[in-house]
Amino acid sequence: MSQISISIYRYNPEQDSKPRMQSLEVEVSGDRDLMVLDVLELAKAKDPSITYRRSCREGVCGSDGMNINGVNGLACITPLSKAAGPARKLVLRPLPGLPVIRDLVVDLSQFYEQFEKIKPWLINDEPPPAIERLQSPEEREKLDGLYECILCACCTTSCPSFWWNPDKFIGPAGLLQSYRFLADSRDEATAERLAELDDPFSVFRCRGIMNCVSVCPKGLNPTRAIGKIRNMLVEQGT
Amino acid sequence: MVTNATSLGRSGLFDWLVQRFSALVLLAWIAWVSIGVIAAAEFGYPQWRALFAAVPMQIFSLIAVLSLCAHAWVGVWTVTTDYLNEAHLGKAGTAIRLLTQIACLLLTLSCLIWGARIFWGSG
Ligand code: SF4
Ligand code: SF4
Ligand code: FES
Repeated sequence: MSQISISIYRYNPEQDSKPRMQSLEVEVSGDRDLMVLDVLELAKAKDPSITYRRSCREGVCGSDGMNINGVNGLACITPLSKAAGPARKLVLRPLPGLPVIRDLVVDLSQFYEQFEKIKPWLINDEPPPAIERLQSPEEREKLDGLYECILCACCTTSCPSFWWNPDKFIGPAGLLQSYRFLADSRDEATAERLAELDDPFSVFRCRGIMNCVSVCPKGLNPTRAIGKIRNMLVEQGT
Repeated sequence: MVTNATSLGRSGLFDWLVQRFSALVLLAWIAWVSIGVIAAAEFGYPQWRALFAAVPMQIFSLIAVLSLCAHAWVGVWTVTTDYLNEAHLGKAGTAIRLLTQIACLLLTLSCLIWGARIFWGSG
């Protein structure tokens, strides 16, 4: 058995005047590497009032995005050894930049509003064929690295451009999905989609510092997608 | 509230292209002047004056000053809309941002006119 010290952000806006960090010690068996979520479960066994979201516990649902020792990630697939290092100390905070509902649970409304703006559905007014709208393997390949996004918000909440203008900058997650539909051979609204992205904020607030790329638990590259959108805007607009 | 009203071209693409293009102009201008200085066997005030006396250089220099001003404005606009807003400064955010933008605009325009006088003036 070995000891892990955890420091957890605690805040209940209905009761507390300001957030505080709670320190806890948990025992884990020494020979097995746990995931951060497992350690959090152990902490919750000690203090059941600790609040966080999680569902699938295997990196699929995207609900346990949080700030782990300063880096956004999914608690369920972030190994303790990687997050805490030899110091065996975990510091867990909510995703930065969004209003806290309670402890590690944030209000994702602004994130979803930006996602909604990019019309995340296929726009095609042609009558659907009897079975399905076909794509060539090459056309389908263009969606790789885009469709895998689980909307965990780790990228968008690590992006300073989103922190400063969360109501106007779509953010890396939304823009990755925007490009997913721009790149889809079955989508017919390319021009309209691009026209809606041309203002100084939606796309162009991206400063290319790639915080988003470095945290994406799915290994996706929103910065590259943003660059592709910009190229499409240049092609269309000049 | 932060809006587009004070951006250079109201279009993100336009501002972005201006930023890229003006950067290239400035780079070319700096390269040209540097080469003029380095290539001269002997360099002093007379050579410096001669370098800028040629009409193509005067035109180029004025374009460079214009580029500098446009480049500066896009940058200042971006920084002020990121940091001088209600989220960072509370209620006074919009007023502080507008005043800062006006001050920067006056400074930029002054530099533009001053630059034009230097390159095209009688002196
Ligand atoms: S791009 Fe990656 S980090 Fe961003 S929401 Fe999608 S899966 Fe999460
Ligand atoms: S590359 Fe762009 S979207 Fe990604 S974190 Fe930086 S500013 Fe944000
Ligand atoms: S619990 Fe589903 S992604 Fe972590």
